[in-house]
Amino acid sequence: MSEFPGELRYAKSHEWARVEDDGTITVGISDHAQDALGDVVYVELPEVDAKVAASGEAGVVESVKAASDIYAPISGTIIAVNTTLEDAPETVNESPYGDGWFFKLKPNDLGELENLMDMSTYQKLCEAEDH
Amino acid sequence: MGLKTPLYDAHVADNAKLVDFGGWDMPIHYGSQIEEHHAIRRDAGVCDVSHMTVVDVAGAQSRAFLGYLLANDVAKLTVPGKALYSAMLNEEGGILDDLIVYLTEDGYRVVVNCATREKDLAWMEKQSSGFDCVLTERPELAILAIQGPESLEKVKAIVTPERAKLISELKPFVGRFSGDWFIARTGYTGEKGVEIILPGTDADAFWRAIRGAEITAVGLGARDTLRLEAGMNLYGSDMDETVNPFESNMGSTVVMTDDRDFIGKSALLVAKTTKELVGLVMLEKGVLRGHYPVFSQGLQVGEITSGAYSPTLSHSIALARINIGAGPLEVEIRNKRLPVRKVAPPFARNGKQAYQLTDES
Repeated sequence: MSEFPGELRYAKSHEWARVEDDGTITVGISDHAQDALGDVVYVELPEVDAKVAASGEAGVVESVKAASDIYAPISGTIIAVNTTLEDAPETVNESPYGDGWFFKLKPNDLGELENLMDMSTYQKLCEAEDH
Repeated sequence: MGLKTPLYDAHVADNAKLVDFGGWDMPIHYGSQIEEHHAIRRDAGVCDVSHMTVVDVAGAQSRAFLGYLLANDVAKLTVPGKALYSAMLNEEGGILDDLIVYLTEDGYRVVVNCATREKDLAWMEKQSSGFDCVLTERPELAILAIQGPESLEKVKAIVTPERAKLISELKPFVGRFSGDWFIARTGYTGEKGVEIILPGTDADAFWRAIRGAEITAVGLGARDTLRLEAGMNLYGSDMDETVNPFESNMGSTVVMTDDRDFIGKSALLVAKTTKELVGLVMLEKGVLRGHYPVFSQGLQVGEITSGAYSPTLSHSIALARINIGAGPLEVEIRNKRLPVRKVAPPFARNGKQAYQLTDES
């Protein structure tokens, strides 16, 4: 069974967003998403300082199965990317909510988080996709 | 719900992720496709391929029939048990399917793809009408491919002494009956191994014995990356009815030089071949995938037919159909063109790299 941490917000495109203490946002893909993708073999990350729009392209994750775009869950400026994924893309499978994070961004407006799903809504979406 | 092999419950018990595969519910992986891939390159793995179609051909004119049906020549099979890889062509020389045919004591055993089953059976039945031979599909049989450097020793430890002796004696690309089991030193991975065709009613118990012998359960995902590393074509991706064997790196499996007539021969004799199926390797990061366009000097010269990340080589590999001799080559991935090198498959076999980069790559 996939995990759905309660403190995160989730996008329909299966990214998660976590608000850090300093008001920045960490973004990754959900456990459900990594499970559906299968073994991740390559991750293309955005450039630091890039401006991203909500639901705008912000990278690519390639698994043994398919290439999938990664979207920014809310708008902002990229302030850090997880360069360990370049040499260890399997970290996305092993720790989707921890060491497998993709990037951090400085949000334009934290209020955009309201457009994302909470854990229980997202979990229902995933269950619906499985059936 | 799709068709189920006799091992469906065993796959569920092994936590398989099941997907639709040509109408069958088949395991794509049991957790990690890459680990399963490594198991076969480094140790031993088992793959349920019971969805494939077995057809036995018997009767006085079986050899004449298969000689007419297939582009490769079954007359090459002089010793019982020997296997032959062949294309089955239509009148235009297009590839209807690729298959393995074994010479048996009573005739021939043919194994064709599952996705083409109905088309193949109808075609074979139709073409056999003028010949004294009988075709019998064997849907009650299961097929297990047990492959990897340790596979033979591990299988020998769990079968009867008679079957273990047979496995020791079998030469590569030869299969023999042992009771109602047919055991062949064939496979689709580029590793040592056997394929065992056995009654479906024996399959579940044998699967349990195999798994108890520390042979890894391997899904069709790893089977596909293994076959691509081994440089083997996949029907429906690398070739189909729109291309002939010469455009599919299968020229060496077509026997044209004697007076044997076979379906598609007259078309092949006048075919003007302008495309070739080649191997590509990409040393940049990223993954080559089917249908990505291939460019040379700014012009599209073809497309990828199969592509994947190679777990053995840690970079991406592909088969691509391109204009003969085109190069240097680039592949377009998400609007970016990345350099690739042209190589002669296989890419990896027997656990290690099998291709060489040359000045023409």
